[in-house]
Amino acid sequence: MVNTTLRVEGSDLSAVRAFKNTVRQQLETRFKLDSDDLPSSIPVVACMLDPCFKHLKFIPDSKRERAYSHLDTLLLRVSETLSVTNVGVETCETEQTGKDIGKKARLELDFAELFGTHFESGQNTARGSTATEEARQYFLLPQIPTLDNPLQCQNKYSEVERKAPSVGVAMTTEAGTETEVKEKAEESAALADQSEQATEETQEVVTAEGEKREKEGKGISRYLPTWLKKQKSQTQTSPTKDVPPSEEAVDKETEKVPEVNGHAEEVEEEQEQKKDAEKSEQVKEKEELPEVDAKEQSEPVKEEKVEKSEEKSAEEETKAVAEGDKTEEETKETTEAPVEEKDTQTSLFQSPLRLVRKNKMKLVVCHVTLLDGTDYTCEVEKRVKGQYLFFKVCEHLNLMEKDYFGLTYKDTHDHKCWLDPTKEIKRQIRSNNWKFSVNVKFYPPDPSLLTEDLTRYLLCLQLREDVASGKLPCSFVTHALLGSYSLQAELGDYETEQPKPLDYMSQLKFAPSQNKDMEEKILELHKSHRGLTPAQADAQFLENAKKLSMYGVDMHHAKDSEGVDITLGVCANGLLVYKDKLRINRFAWPKILKISYKRNNFYIKIRPGETEQFESTVGFKLQNHRSAKRLWKVCVENHSFFRLNAPEPPNKTRFLTLGSKFRYSGRTQAQTRVASTLIDRPAPNFERTSSKRISRSLDGAPMISITDTSAGENGREPHLELNSDSKVDLSPGDDEAATSQSPGASEAAPSQSSVHGDNIYVRHSNLMLEDHDKTQDEVLKHQASISELKRSFMEAPPPSPPQPNLWEKRLTSSPATTIRVQPQPVVTVSQTETSPVEIVISEPKEPVKTAEVEIEETVVVQEVSKTTKPVIVTVEKVPIEPVVKIEEAMTFAEEEKQCKQSVSSESESEEEAEYHPNAHATLSHTQIPEEKEEEEKVVVVEVVEEVKEEEEEDQVKNDTPVDLPATQEPPPAESRQELVETDQAGTQTKDNAEEKPPAVLEKDESVDEPMVTPDEAPNGLPLGDDAEQEEPKVNGQHMETALRPQVICCTEPPVVKTEMVTISDTFAAQKTEIATKEVPIVHTETKTITYEAAQLEGNGDAEPGVLMTAQTITSESLCTTTTTHITKTLKGGLSETRIEKRIVITGDCDIDHDEALAQAIKEAKEQHPDMRRIDSQRAEVAMASADNH
Amino acid sequence: MAELLERFGCTHVVVRGIPSSLATEALRMSPAEVDLQKARQEHAEYVEVMRSKLGLEVIELPSDEAMPDCVFVEDAAVVCGATALITRPGSESRRPETKAMKEALKKLGLTIVEMTDENATLDGGDVLFTGQEFFVGLSKRTNQKGAEILADAFKDYAVSTVAVEEGLHLKSFCSMGGPGLILIGSSDHAQKALKIMQQMSDHRYDKLTVPDDLAANCIYMNLPDKGHVLLHSTADMFPESVKVLEKLKDYTLIPVSNLEKMKVDGALTCCSVLINKKADI
Repeated sequence: MVNTTLRVEGSDLSAVRAFKNTVRQQLETRFKLDSDDLPSSIPVVACMLDPCFKHLKFIPDSKRERAYSHLDTLLLRVSETLSVTNVGVETCETEQTGKDIGKKARLELDFAELFGTHFESGQNTARGSTATEEARQYFLLPQIPTLDNPLQCQNKYSEVERKAPSVGVAMTTEAGTETEVKEKAEESAALADQSEQATEETQEVVTAEGEKREKEGKGISRYLPTWLKKQKSQTQTSPTKDVPPSEEAVDKETEKVPEVNGHAEEVEEEQEQKKDAEKSEQVKEKEELPEVDAKEQSEPVKEEKVEKSEEKSAEEETKAVAEGDKTEEETKETTEAPVEEKDTQTSLFQSPLRLVRKNKMKLVVCHVTLLDGTDYTCEVEKRVKGQYLFFKVCEHLNLMEKDYFGLTYKDTHDHKCWLDPTKEIKRQIRSNNWKFSVNVKFYPPDPSLLTEDLTRYLLCLQLREDVASGKLPCSFVTHALLGSYSLQAELGDYETEQPKPLDYMSQLKFAPSQNKDMEEKILELHKSHRGLTPAQADAQFLENAKKLSMYGVDMHHAKDSEGVDITLGVCANGLLVYKDKLRINRFAWPKILKISYKRNNFYIKIRPGETEQFESTVGFKLQNHRSAKRLWKVCVENHSFFRLNAPEPPNKTRFLTLGSKFRYSGRTQAQTRVASTLIDRPAPNFERTSSKRISRSLDGAPMISITDTSAGENGREPHLELNSDSKVDLSPGDDEAATSQSPGASEAAPSQSSVHGDNIYVRHSNLMLEDHDKTQDEVLKHQASISELKRSFMEAPPPSPPQPNLWEKRLTSSPATTIRVQPQPVVTVSQTETSPVEIVISEPKEPVKTAEVEIEETVVVQEVSKTTKPVIVTVEKVPIEPVVKIEEAMTFAEEEKQCKQSVSSESESEEEAEYHPNAHATLSHTQIPEEKEEEEKVVVVEVVEEVKEEEEEDQVKNDTPVDLPATQEPPPAESRQELVETDQAGTQTKDNAEEKPPAVLEKDESVDEPMVTPDEAPNGLPLGDDAEQEEPKVNGQHMETALRPQVICCTEPPVVKTEMVTISDTFAAQKTEIATKEVPIVHTETKTITYEAAQLEGNGDAEPGVLMTAQTITSESLCTTTTTHITKTLKGGLSETRIEKRIVITGDCDIDHDEALAQAIKEAKEQHPDMRRIDSQRAEVAMASADNH
Repeated sequence: MAELLERFGCTHVVVRGIPSSLATEALRMSPAEVDLQKARQEHAEYVEVMRSKLGLEVIELPSDEAMPDCVFVEDAAVVCGATALITRPGSESRRPETKAMKEALKKLGLTIVEMTDENATLDGGDVLFTGQEFFVGLSKRTNQKGAEILADAFKDYAVSTVAVEEGLHLKSFCSMGGPGLILIGSSDHAQKALKIMQQMSDHRYDKLTVPDDLAANCIYMNLPDKGHVLLHSTADMFPESVKVLEKLKDYTLIPVSNLEKMKVDGALTCCSVLINKKADI
């Protein structure tokens, strides 16, 4: 196998040849079949732990036996430790142990999930048994079969995710135990010795390996680990599935497989190592870099260090290397639950530890205020994503049509924010206040289309609250009518015999200002509803509520270009502009070309009217950038939900999203409606809670006018909490009410928020002066005046009916130009500047170290048409879901990056972002799956440039971290199932060119300019599954985000120049819009992201800076994406800056790689004369191209 | 739709007599001589149509010589559903007119909202209720504040503002011709206003453009036994426009002469306040 794939052929380009040789070398080094140590070597253990290779068919029987027994020994050790205590959970919870514990816990969780999956296909029955027993079981099971279809992986993954809650819970115990174990291990010499032994064993192998790598040169060393991993995954498949364990195969397989396994899971040994590492951590001083997360990306950095620093012990090296091997696993882990807090102190030690699945999970108690005002409490693992909690809540509610709902939390400024399902909760809430509320996020324009009464009921609850709080204003009569329906739904028919006393009514809250008249009216109307069932009453309630003009409108305070106070309302149809209570303008979604924000400015670019020539931009000023971002996000989400058939496909977002990756990732209304029709269960029984509880919570609440509440708030948050205090006072007698209120009462006073905001605003505006401020204002004014002139009418299409799109031609090539300019200023600013917000929120203690983050993103999507809505949905049903997931993963990965850098949650870090609302994305996306025949080729050109600043040159290594051209390698089907399933972000490569190993070309560092050697990319190989046209792209992008070396911090403004590489106006010119399915994706995308965060926090929340620009241009047959990524690392006094450019050219048909690449590089060079110079010094160029299909 | 139609229902109508002072003292955009007798005759016909042809209950307020414009009751109040907003007319001389109107509407059992803000002005002629939302013309007679108060009075509905660049009132060149149908004059400013309205609305409106701006002011009602009813200006006033209106299918078209009142900028809608008591919940 290996020999076949890696055989050097005459036709190979030199780089390919070099790469092949290196790979072989590596494989042979690691898997010496004749070595006596083989059975106990890490790679072999890892193989055993990989369900694909656990039977070790590639090594001789005798050695296999020994390997098993070795594993037994290891497991025994583990189970001992596991059995030490079962109280671990509690311990874990109460003790606010260090972050490293948390990390380990997370890893362990992942490990647990993996095992859970492998064992009973997701069922965690074996949970309680010891590790040894589990292992036995494990080996009894057949090897994991190969998945032919990437979609299966996706589905599988989603299953896993669904089950995650239980797994998480189940594993908690173990985790806790482990934690304890570790602690004890540290104390007990015996244990330590054992682990040391184990470590040493493995050490030898690894060390040798590491040394070898060093010799191989920087370029290679950078690349190899990644490549190898990828490679392994490809090859793995064949050994297990395709090739029976014949002896002949052994040789070849052996070479490769062990390697693979090594990456996969060296659980036991790793655990041992961890213990060791922990010890050493304590003892040794770590002069490590600011912590980089245990991602693949971080790997390179660490390796570098190893090589550079002589002082480091062999142990350390081992770990570092081991880490590298584990990249794949890491990816998974990171994707699922990105590592959050880092220890700034330890990089080398920690990461290996993290890799090892020693999880000490921390459970956190979440208090979720439900729509009926009751509190739902549940425990979640500290690092779970928002989705997890949300699903849990939905499960509790028995809610299936959940896409209309979301969770909110209060940020440090007491604004309610939507919990991003794709991100870790912990990262979002930024406090220890794990309190959430269920809220309606998207108000269905026609609630009668909802499938279940339960959903309608919940919507009613939200609306009752909205109405009672004044957030949804309505007239006296409507108040009375709605109130009467509420009574009917909750109390049933009006009882003439025993009419409710009026003072009972006054305990209920129907309106912000409610009087006897209204209560009487309500009772009167209630009488007229005799006979209505609760469900009918709810339906009537909704029918009336939905007509209210402010139904589903999310209000945000702002100022117009002239400083006049206005309110922006986001709704299903578009953006509404209010001045006081009057609507003074309205921008329907189809009329909006672009939505963006920059600092505290919010812009919408308007499509020119019938008589107009040019598009105009209208700008608004928000209170601060957080408000601007919140508004922007709400716009993006609302547009996506109500206007798109499917969420924007990942390929549009992926790397660019680094900055403001934010996109709506859930189901759109169209999708959720389809899903609703598929709900096949008897109408769930649910109990309608008395509104008394709810309403009372609102009693005495400060009257909230539309403006008040909505300002700066993200969604329609209930004001329960705000009100609760007062309510308790008012109705002390009601225990129930008091209880439900209590969580709210503890929350911070709402009034504070404004003060906070003001402060921030001021500071921010100062910052702005340095930068874009001036121009911004000018632009604003100008645009405003233009827009003033152009109030031409544009008919807003009705929300639901499909509409043909006229905009297609409107693809913005322009954004690219605009964007190009911006990154540079940003970079400069960012390093020196501080973002006040972040300081305030996350790290009040160290105001000094702050970073300004600038992000720009432009995404242009064409809206082809919505006409086919139903059709599309049906057809795509399968494809869509996976896609969505991918997107999530991508986002996640990005987020993780940020996390590593300890950048505060995206909301804080992003200063600007753009979004181009259109519906096209969906279409192109959908089409993709159908074009199976077309092959995609991806060519990746990377230019890595490292600029080192400051002293310590000796330490600084030119070694560029290993980049994973993960894009190219499709993981073998088998491994995929395992890895991909669990791994969200990680290997999303779904294409399987199973038999084709990607060719990788390596370049020497000495190369001045990026040389592009197109891969031979034998495309002719049969595709195992339906390769989707898009996938390659997805993967490529994904890789980019996830695998990139991480950014760290920089003390000084590095000399970094980022430029935009523009490729092919030619391509752009070719773009055509054809909605036919046969036509390749037609769309143009341009994105630029500038993201900057430089911060180093002693507490482990280091803020790394990343600056990135990216541009993607897609034509009919080609998609060219250029990404510029800047990474800064600060270790000690040393600061490293890396600029990477990656150009990905993807085509659906045969492309001339050489030509395309050459052209791309040429253009890149033209635009980056500087770059070249630097390149000559220490840039590495690596190119690889692979056949994805 | 049924409900929307109901919003155009009408059971009661408030009108007011023509004082003799109208001929000489009533406000007008351009100088014109009014034949008082003819005007009174026209008005009598107008009221009679409402009363006998349409079977509405007519509340006729006595005219007041001190209020030359008092016949144009529309400006004094905006009634929607069970709520009546008593306006503060933009021209000071007309403010006393609201008193009698308020009393009458109170008697009808409507919820009265008064516009007390000294800075607010609003003429009912600037208020176009489409059945789904309000458009308020910002004109010489109506300002932003007045519109805000209207918005506050009718919270269920969106209230959008439209600049009235020419003409007295918003409804000087438009009116509702049915649910979702806007009758609009063909002048530039009328068309422009329509575009703004369409842009500002979440709802979809059809438009029916008539050649004459003033002919676009009609009274539409949906009556239980008569269906769509449209009172419009006579053919001798606006022959072309009437031709257009005659294209409306299934409509009961009732031409009403309005020549004399037109001279003092009185359109058809100006002379009545429609009330739908059934809509009162």
